[in-house]
Amino acid sequence: MRDLSLAEDALQDACVKALTTWEEHGIPDNPRAWLVTAGRNRAIDDLRRKTSLKAKSETLKLLEEEGRQQQGEADEADDRLLLMFLCCHPALAEEAQLALTLRALGGLTTEEIASAFLVPVPTMAQRLVRAKRKIRLANVAYRLPTEDMIDQRLSRVMTVLYLIFNEGYAARSGKAVVRTDLCYESIRLTRILGHLKPENPEIKGLLALMLLHDARRTARTNAEGTMIALEYQDRSQWNHRQIELGDKVLREALVMGRAGPYLLQAAISGVHAKAPDYASTDWQEIVGLYDRLCRVIPGPVVRLNRAFAVSMLKGAEVALPLVAELEGHPAMEAYQPFHATRADLLARSGCSEEAARTFDRAIELTDNEVQRDFLKAKRARLRNTR
Amino acid sequence: MEYLLLIYTQEGSDPAPGSQEFQDMLAGYGKAGQAMTEAEAMRGGNALQDTSTATCVSVRDGKTTVTDGPFAETKEQAGGYYLVDCKDLDQAIEFAALIPGAAAGRVEVRPIQNF
Repeated sequence: MRDLSLAEDALQDACVKALTTWEEHGIPDNPRAWLVTAGRNRAIDDLRRKTSLKAKSETLKLLEEEGRQQQGEADEADDRLLLMFLCCHPALAEEAQLALTLRALGGLTTEEIASAFLVPVPTMAQRLVRAKRKIRLANVAYRLPTEDMIDQRLSRVMTVLYLIFNEGYAARSGKAVVRTDLCYESIRLTRILGHLKPENPEIKGLLALMLLHDARRTARTNAEGTMIALEYQDRSQWNHRQIELGDKVLREALVMGRAGPYLLQAAISGVHAKAPDYASTDWQEIVGLYDRLCRVIPGPVVRLNRAFAVSMLKGAEVALPLVAELEGHPAMEAYQPFHATRADLLARSGCSEEAARTFDRAIELTDNEVQRDFLKAKRARLRNTR
Repeated sequence: MEYLLLIYTQEGSDPAPGSQEFQDMLAGYGKAGQAMTEAEAMRGGNALQDTSTATCVSVRDGKTTVTDGPFAETKEQAGGYYLVDCKDLDQAIEFAALIPGAAAGRVEVRPIQNF
């Protein structure tokens, strides 16, 4: 229909119709096809009423043609995949991709999405309106990308789902550290994507990553809402059934061959999830995984995380030069985790003065109140500083 | 549905005529045009003379003002266009990607407004 609003109205109408008709006549053999046909017919009626006699709209012509050609069923799986590609189309602004995915695939209301991203409802409503308008006016296609684009576009869908998960897992601003509904939605949609593309190990990797991180969610904050580091989390509060599930998905993906970035990150998360306590963490394994991840995602962020793992394996003094190497990198100047990690290593090496200054810089860069409090507490524990 | 593909590149950055790069560029434009024609999407296209040949016209209160130069002094300027009739944005994007200007600069894909 090329018009999401029209489609939404049509679907709603078809569902209402179904509720009454199916009650009387029983559920049809192919309920989905019934709904699609009913929806299409409703949209055709709608457009006929709105369109002037002079210019029969493109859409109306296409729908009528489609209706004649496809009396049969639409594949349910393909429809959702097509919708994912549509919502995550690069022609749309990234923030619109996230909002549209949650709206069209997650079924979240505009209010729920606005609340999830901490923006006013009218702002989010406008964002969705603009995105739907662009889809309509620029004719963003509801179809599979071409062969040469499909990997890129699939990668884009995964990025959107990952961003949604991240937004839910570690809110960048505001008081709460986690927003759980976004985690739930992104896991659900990634699982669907995995069913639609079962031969893709990276999607499994992404799912495993989300499951494993999410399994630790409740232990990440205490009753007062204070953030608890991995080191001090009560592991009995971890969702071990979900860890097992994540681990299962992880192992399925690992046997499929060359491991990509999501899969490697999931594997790292898996090592943490399987350790009975922080002290028993297999840091050797983690460093090895980071070595591989560095090759797949070159750049300072992964190297920073690797440096931390090295510090756990070989001591903070060994890791400090690795972090020093990254200092000149332009991306690190305003990157909060860089300063937070460096401050931690300095503190552990006994360089309290410099650690204090570096904590201050990290605190400056943190826009999440809970995380800020966490860093302030670490700074306060330094000895011999003001 | 029709789209205008506007080619934006840095002026003076085109390869020198006679060079291998120039030949490659011409071949690239040839292939792009051919793809559009074979798909029966080609509706027109032209290269533009550089912005030093441009003139701007505005009318305010019935008074016509004519000035030398392009609309805006930006690093990248429009150097040519194609008008294509495509089944959807993705097809227009495919054509845009074939244009050598997309590798040197950027191609803007804008849908034509129908009334």
